[in-house]
Amino acid sequence: MGGVEGFMYPNEIELHWSVLIVLYPFITGLVAGAFILASLERVFRVDAVKPTYRLALLTALSFLLVAPLPLQLHLGHPERSPEMYFTPHSTSAMAMFGYVYLWYLMAVLVFEIWLDYRRDIVLLAERSKGIVRIVYRAMTLGSTNISPRALHIDERVGWIVTLIGIPSAFMLHGYVGFIFGSIKANPWWSSPLMPVVFIFSAMVSGIACVMVLYMATAKLRGRNIDMRCVDTIAMYLFYTFIIDFSLEMLDLIHRVYEADESFRSLNFMVHTKLYFSHIVVQILCGTLVPLVLLAITQVVKLGEVVRKRIYAVAGLLTLMGIFAMRWNVVIGGQLFSKSYLGYTTYKVGLVSREGMLVALALSLLPLLILWVLIKLLPPWPAENVPAEAGD
Amino acid sequence: MNLFKDAGHLLRFAALFVIAFLVFWAIRGFVVPRSFGQYGHYRGAAIGEIGARPLHFAGHDACETCHSDVVDVKKAGKHAHVNCEACHGPQAKHAADPGNVTPVKLETAALCVRCHAASAARPKTFPQVNAADHSNGVACETCHQPHSPGMDTPAANAGGAK
Repeated sequence: MGGVEGFMYPNEIELHWSVLIVLYPFITGLVAGAFILASLERVFRVDAVKPTYRLALLTALSFLLVAPLPLQLHLGHPERSPEMYFTPHSTSAMAMFGYVYLWYLMAVLVFEIWLDYRRDIVLLAERSKGIVRIVYRAMTLGSTNISPRALHIDERVGWIVTLIGIPSAFMLHGYVGFIFGSIKANPWWSSPLMPVVFIFSAMVSGIACVMVLYMATAKLRGRNIDMRCVDTIAMYLFYTFIIDFSLEMLDLIHRVYEADESFRSLNFMVHTKLYFSHIVVQILCGTLVPLVLLAITQVVKLGEVVRKRIYAVAGLLTLMGIFAMRWNVVIGGQLFSKSYLGYTTYKVGLVSREGMLVALALSLLPLLILWVLIKLLPPWPAENVPAEAGD
Repeated sequence: MNLFKDAGHLLRFAALFVIAFLVFWAIRGFVVPRSFGQYGHYRGAAIGEIGARPLHFAGHDACETCHSDVVDVKKAGKHAHVNCEACHGPQAKHAADPGNVTPVKLETAALCVRCHAASAARPKTFPQVNAADHSNGVACETCHQPHSPGMDTPAANAGGAK
């Protein structure tokens, strides 16, 4: 049988969870991470990262809007998905995700973005014309009150929303880790550390994503990159990455030391089928190289140009490494037999419903949505409406 | 009063949530079947609907009524605990009208290997063969009596419908 080595049970030969299920935790991780970066400015008053605050929120929203699409494509029958809301199944973690998603989308992200942009929306509604004006007016919800007191209330409420948003972001991605970590029949997944590793890897990927997006958008707009801002983000990325890497190593050491009945099989898999994606891409290129690069920027005084290049390379490698981590968790967990006597192969289709082209399109779609959101709600201070609040 | 005025936009946002919730609740009342959740996380009325569907299997007792000779052969052999319809398929129509509905004669060369083809996933003590080497396409019933497949039972005593 093609791609099978040793003995596989019949239901293990074909992988059930495809590249789209790899994409799903990757995307939700970016959402959670981007939001946590935004909360640094709002709740923890890290002023240096302020230039990325709104961009981080819009990034989180763009990716969150796309997050359910891989699942919809994987499952088929999208018309059935509202049933998850109509008949909630409280003992199913997967079924309850609908509520987690809706809470995070509406009560946290959309509400916080609306509060933060309300002044701009009102002013843009007054200034624009045609359909755009109708869109902005709809977004004001009919209230044009941008008096200092109203804006002060927005600020206070926004702070509370962000405060609630931090545990919500942890819940959003911790839940994804929980889904895998709670599958006791699969030794590659079953670990109480899984939700924690997922949360920290989410923070790492989200921070790296916003850092790269900020630098790319500044370059595209022909503006200077705020080096104090990216230096601070890189510092947080470095520290978060160290925690994430330590947790992953802790998980690894625990598995090696425990050496339960699955260990020989999993160890063989890591050294053969998963060697490239796990050892080379995830650990070497996607973790150690960016960690060393970021460490260099923390201990050596480097010029601005060099730092920018290092941050860009480290950010992109980090994103690649976290994607590889999701790949190794999702795909790796399905490559070995529960008999521990055989291995199968995952071959990604190109134009199928769960193929490479669809995965690529779903990866680019959030960037397209982000572009629309940026056009609609410019996150750059210089391009915001400079007019005085019309109170 | 001033606070209410300056926080009015928040009430509008909250009203949006309330409206969305009411719409959701109205749709829910319309689309969720009334008997949903009556016994568990499924439609209670489904039990009655499934119960009302026509039966396809007649059951072992129905077979015994007419085929006591086969039951006697089967009881003595290795297939004593294999239900008749496990091999012969659903026979409710045959049981209801034995004169007009006759079961199809089974192709043992294809049927037996469903359980007895060699597979590493099966317990080693379970009889299993590589059909190509073992019989080379010859029907199993040539040598084995399907109702009591041990080699000590002559294949000629197959029993069953003549």
